[in-house]
Amino acid sequence: MLIYRGAEAEIIMDTYLGRKVIKKRRIPKGYRIPELDKRLRLQRTKEEAKLMVEARRGGVPVPIIYDVNLKEFTIVMEYVDGERVKELIPKLTERERKEICTMIGKNIARLHNANIVHGDLTTSNMILKNGKVYFIDFGLGEFSFEIERRGVDLHLLMEAFSSAHPEYPDLFNYVMEGYQSIYKGNAREIEKKIEEIIKRGRYMK
Amino acid sequence: MIALGIEGTAHTIGVGIVEDLNDKCRVLANVIKMYKPAEGGIHPRDAANHHATHLPHLVTKAIESAKIDEREIDVIAFSKGPGMGPCLRTAATAARTLALYLEKPLVGVNHCVAHLEIGRGTTGCEDPVLLYVSGGNTQIIAFAKGKYRVFGETLDIGIGNCLDKLGRYLNLPFPSGPIIEKLAKRGKKYLDLPYTIKGMDVAFSGLLTSAQKYYEKGERIEDICYSVQETAFSALTEVTERAMAHVGKEEVLLGGGVASNERLREMIKKMAEERGAKFFVPEKSLCIDNGAMIAWTGLLMYRCGITTKVEDSFIDQRFRTDDVIVKWRE
Repeated sequence: MLIYRGAEAEIIMDTYLGRKVIKKRRIPKGYRIPELDKRLRLQRTKEEAKLMVEARRGGVPVPIIYDVNLKEFTIVMEYVDGERVKELIPKLTERERKEICTMIGKNIARLHNANIVHGDLTTSNMILKNGKVYFIDFGLGEFSFEIERRGVDLHLLMEAFSSAHPEYPDLFNYVMEGYQSIYKGNAREIEKKIEEIIKRGRYMK
Repeated sequence: MIALGIEGTAHTIGVGIVEDLNDKCRVLANVIKMYKPAEGGIHPRDAANHHATHLPHLVTKAIESAKIDEREIDVIAFSKGPGMGPCLRTAATAARTLALYLEKPLVGVNHCVAHLEIGRGTTGCEDPVLLYVSGGNTQIIAFAKGKYRVFGETLDIGIGNCLDKLGRYLNLPFPSGPIIEKLAKRGKKYLDLPYTIKGMDVAFSGLLTSAQKYYEKGERIEDICYSVQETAFSALTEVTERAMAHVGKEEVLLGGGVASNERLREMIKKMAEERGAKFFVPEKSLCIDNGAMIAWTGLLMYRCGITTKVEDSFIDQRFRTDDVIVKWRE
């Protein structure tokens, strides 16, 4: 059953060896020439599966991968039956929000410690289940050692908070608290980078 | 109501006259003159001199071809920014002079917003996601929470700038876009090029460097142009689609000089079809930088009571799209 059709992939609810699973299928795009279309779908499917495996190894809750099919450009993964953080945020008390955001910050630090950047950190891509925040959709992720990429990763979440949850201005501060407690590099360096990125916005005064 | 608009943000100086007819834009006149550097890119001072030389004649020509009396003009609009300082100042000076001479109100207009408004005014789209592609600007703009907001943009150079730089490297004249388009039609072999997308943003400098390397290796120019277009335009189409999915809009509008490219139009159209959305593109003379879009946006602003006093009519080289209060869409 198709449950979501994004810009590049279909998310299908399916069963696999008796389990409820999510199948992510990268769909062909008619506007791209086939050579480029196949190259992108292949690269992205492979990369996403690798990132998810490595993220899990780094201690970040992500769906378990059951199968990767490079001919059909699909990834079959665990169905995380929880609540999306986006819808959850307004329902919580400030203390609970702080707790969740600290967890998110810790998760991001674990990703960065494993040299992974997620590339699309928004509250739509986070699910709370059994007291753990799962990260999903590594479709824009990449392996990187760069401070720049890590800064961009966090900056994106900061922007996502301000557009999706403008009524709670402290969310990002809580995230950074959690981040600092786990990040193995110099967290101050990352904070400086975020400030730099904010100033870099086009036509920013 | 009739508005006269002066555009002068970069290489083009333009004067347009428009009239509102049942809330749609009727273009009465739209004349432009484009500065072409003898070599290299735009020299801001040379461009401004060019604009100053041609402006008086363009104003006269616009009023003549609109077949109106200059006293019928209700408001004078000018491109306040973003753009190159000397060019902006030249256009603004002319607009102030006209406003004082004709004793008409003055309105400063955001150039990027004007590219979107002219699409809404002339193509029948109502609430589009705009892919604005020109030399200096590559942005994805849509209306959200009372303002036009930039959802995606280039992280380094504009797509038009990328094509012009490639053109210079391949010894093609400026502007190179149309020539690259022709050459690309004869391309057969796709050469792998970097495809850089970060969320809803794009980047083209890596692609440009790789394309130059292919040229040094002796690949056919036609194949290079073909591969650059296919790769860069696919990336633009993809981020536009992402933005549409993100903001939940069903219309896509193309604007800017690069919107003249048929292959880009074809891709955006195809993308729109596949997701059941509608595709719009203004006629070519309204896609490129022009005075009519400034006049039309100025008219919309003036109609809801916005004017700029002559003493406050500064230009703003870094005028942000989301700094504009969009009163006319409230």
